Amino acid sequence: MSADVLGTHDDEPEHSELGRMDVRVRALETVLTQKGYIDPAALDVLIDTYQTKIGPRNGARVVARSWVDANFHDWLMTDATAAIDSLGYAGRQGEHMIAVENTPSRHNLVVCTLCSCYPWPVLGLPPTWYKSAPYRSRVVRDPRGVLADFGVTLGDDVDIRVWDSTAEVRYLVVPQRPDGTQHLTESELAELVTRDSMIGTGFASHPESTK
Amino acid sequence: MSIEPPRTSPHSTPPILPGQPYDMDGPVFAAPWEARALAMAVALHQRGLFTWTEWSTTLSMQIGAAEAGRDADRDDDATYYEHWLNALEQIVADKGASSCGELAGYRRAWDRAADRTAHGQPIELQPVDFA
Repeated sequence: MSADVLGTHDDEPEHSELGRMDVRVRALETVLTQKGYIDPAALDVLIDTYQTKIGPRNGARVVARSWVDANFHDWLMTDATAAIDSLGYAGRQGEHMIAVENTPSRHNLVVCTLCSCYPWPVLGLPPTWYKSAPYRSRVVRDPRGVLADFGVTLGDDVDIRVWDSTAEVRYLVVPQRPDGTQHLTESELAELVTRDSMIGTGFASHPESTK
Repeated sequence: MSIEPPRTSPHSTPPILPGQPYDMDGPVFAAPWEARALAMAVALHQRGLFTWTEWSTTLSMQIGAAEAGRDADRDDDATYYEHWLNALEQIVADKGASSCGELAGYRRAWDRAADRTAHGQPIELQPVDFA
């Protein structure tokens, strides 16, 4: 089974480009690795500990606001870049943001098939699996299989859309608000919004499961 | 009775330094290279290339020098992690682990590697990049 893949890399440059700071960091890491001062795998472990701590809190606040504020919700769905910017989470590189909303009949899933484009300002650093070749290639071919690996099963009547990120356009999935959360405050709701739910590989948590 | 020095395990994270962006759960980054730069400093410290006090001093001198040298007509809005990387390159040179010239050569090589790599392919350094 395949899904419609939306978004393209058509307007990407033909060759790669590295930012100035990226080049400096890579140069330093290469020199220190070749001389045995550091081990890139150990750096990955260190970064993973930060990644789990950074968490996607900015994005969670965006989603929670859209659940409680209908005007903000409409703004987010029509001009996500401006709506997210209004909360102070603008990207430093001017990425264009698009919010895609999950409904009972549609589930959205985000990937970057070519590299690992990811909305850092709202979701923090990408999880290791997001950058992995198996995720990037399989999500397009077999989205239901990938979702099953994440413990997410959807009925056959649910349409799955896969969104392919680019250097210019990044996607934020707005998960469905869990049932029985009418009494919760915006900040309590934000606690329910997991990173995976905003990539599409998970659902928002239920209040009882986070106690 | 003696007081044990604090142990550094691979999963412990060093204390937040003055000016470092952070929230309740730890450091906050604006881009992946910032996290990589932080991890390199932590790894070099764990390996014993420098103490965390030496690191903290180098970094604050870097930030202080940048602030003192800021020209009115120059738009110098370097971020915290740009100072961090400046300090890291400096302490690595001070400790003899690398040098400015060597780092410059590797930067040129990475630029060349990016230029000859099609978008979407992993960028890898090869001997030709140093030619």
